[in-house]
Amino acid sequence: MRVYQFSEQPYYPTWNDHSGSLRVILPNRKCDPRIAADLFHRYYDEYQACDDLGIDIMLNEHHQSATCMSSAVVVGLSVLARATKKARLLVLGYPIGHRPDPLRVAEELATIDVISRGRLDMGFIKGIPYEIAASNRNPVELMERFWEAHDFILKAMTTHDGTFNWEGEYFHYRQVNIWPRPWQEPQPPVWSTTGSTEQARVLGERGYVMATLGTGYGTRKIYDAYRKSYLAKFNRAPTADRFAYLGLVAVAKDKEEARRRGHLIAGYLRTSSIVHLPFRNPPGYLPVEDNARLMRGETPPRSFTKDGRSINMHAATVEDLIDAGILFCGTPDEVYAQIVDFCEHCGGMGNLLMMAHGGELTHAQTIDNLTLFAAEVLPRLRSYRQPDAEAAAAVVAA
Amino acid sequence: MLQRTDSGSNSLTVEGTRVDLIERGGGRPLLFLHAENGIEPAHAAIDELAKSAHVIAPTHPGFGRSDTPNGMRTVDDLSYFYLDLLDQLELREVTLVGVAFGAWIAAEIAVKTTARLARLVMANAVGIKIGDRETRDIADVFALTEPEYLEIAYCDPDAGGRDYKSLPPGEVAAAARAREATARFAWSPYFHNPRLKSRLHRIRIPTLFLWGAHDRMVGEAYGRAYCAMISGARFETIERAGHFPHQEQPQIFAKRVLSFVDGK
Repeated sequence: MRVYQFSEQPYYPTWNDHSGSLRVILPNRKCDPRIAADLFHRYYDEYQACDDLGIDIMLNEHHQSATCMSSAVVVGLSVLARATKKARLLVLGYPIGHRPDPLRVAEELATIDVISRGRLDMGFIKGIPYEIAASNRNPVELMERFWEAHDFILKAMTTHDGTFNWEGEYFHYRQVNIWPRPWQEPQPPVWSTTGSTEQARVLGERGYVMATLGTGYGTRKIYDAYRKSYLAKFNRAPTADRFAYLGLVAVAKDKEEARRRGHLIAGYLRTSSIVHLPFRNPPGYLPVEDNARLMRGETPPRSFTKDGRSINMHAATVEDLIDAGILFCGTPDEVYAQIVDFCEHCGGMGNLLMMAHGGELTHAQTIDNLTLFAAEVLPRLRSYRQPDAEAAAAVVAA
Repeated sequence: MLQRTDSGSNSLTVEGTRVDLIERGGGRPLLFLHAENGIEPAHAAIDELAKSAHVIAPTHPGFGRSDTPNGMRTVDDLSYFYLDLLDQLELREVTLVGVAFGAWIAAEIAVKTTARLARLVMANAVGIKIGDRETRDIADVFALTEPEYLEIAYCDPDAGGRDYKSLPPGEVAAAARAREATARFAWSPYFHNPRLKSRLHRIRIPTLFLWGAHDRMVGEAYGRAYCAMISGARFETIERAGHFPHQEQPQIFAKRVLSFVDGK
């Protein structure tokens, strides 16, 4: 198993000082650039520590938000491509459907791949609903733009013998020939995220690495949708390295300290949905049928515990989050056992996207969390034998 | 090509695009283009208009149960759909009536050709940019809560509120689809076509602007400026109505339209 550390690089000092929205409309006067600078340097120090500890690195971006200061993820990738030596750099992700210029995206990511000498993992994402207000991209055709941008970026990264022409529905170029070309062949690995079985099916057909967040013990059905379409397309089972899961991780020598850390890291979950209501579901972002259900007041639960109980991850207790496989928390032995149990539930999961920092967890706590994990959990996860991929796929096929 | 469907409303296919269509009344032809909130809120006004006119009221592509053709994403596209519809039904001397988003479509049709049109009615019309780049002519309705929206769009907010939990599933789906279709056509540039203003001089048929006086989504000053760009156009307000005067005052709305049709 590979383990990537992820932090949203939050500006947490405003978390108790907002008027109902930490995103989109929270005035940036509340952001003190001096404090922001200190936080950025701290977060990059923690990422560099991961490089030394043998933990890979994941970055993302959100916009106009105190929950995540990384608004232009290429900046973080640029800092770390040069400052780290070993860690893979996963961007999960790049909201390419929002971008006006996919040529620029191809150039940025190819350059990062070269500077890092082939350490980039390239996650393309739709982006959460709140991003629409900032980009002003039409939510109705976001995925059509996404796939055209995706097709263009891959073509730009894999065309090496001169220029090509692109006159698509959304993007127009006549002389495309990016410099530098990416280090990895044919291009950096492609990742994406989803919470739906339908999108899982699409990703399975392409064989991309698929990540989910907050799906807990409801993850298996999403993975199985991927397995089914992957199997149909490639005539073999997808191995565990095709699957990724974002879980909060709090490790400590004693259980009580781990619970305290888990509670602080879960500040990420408690704040992530504090958004002014109209920005939560722009028209067209969800299918009409889903919107009609929401209008009728039907909101299907998303997170489930192992015994099938639904929880609200934005308000859940530490214990509920542990039961739901959203937070892996405890002593190193306990955390290892929880992660393995989750992998077995999934039928294999080869990439843990570990949020070992979140919210108001201090620098010292974060470093201790990472160090203990690297020393006592990571080696065991590396030698852990994933469930048999063919057996997991055979169940789905049957 | 006009076919009756099981639900009793008509269905029409224009160049491969099927839309729902209400056809009612007799006399002079009147093409009614509904607002961004869909066809259901227009039923009362359509009934009133049909007392003295041959009303044809399609559900726009993308709204209700009408098709959404691939690649149709601008009001310009919708205007060509309606030009084809006018040709296919061989309508002449048509009174074209649009409300709000529907009035934007009407303007986009009329700047292309008025060959089949006799008169134009634009109610609480959107479609152009009046103010400077940092002035919002039209409230950002997608940044408002439902109560905030109802407050600015209606004279009486209760007139616009709908209890989705008790509505038939088809109507809830239609409301969801109306919201999505509005975003499809009006997201950006927001509720306008930057090119339209410079083409309005091409409209040379008698034109009436009706304006629900309590519209705080698009103010009266915007309507008057819009009206001034069409030669000879007349401006009238409708009291106790907001952005959807046909919905809040269907009888007065229909009376004003029909009296205009009569040349008064």
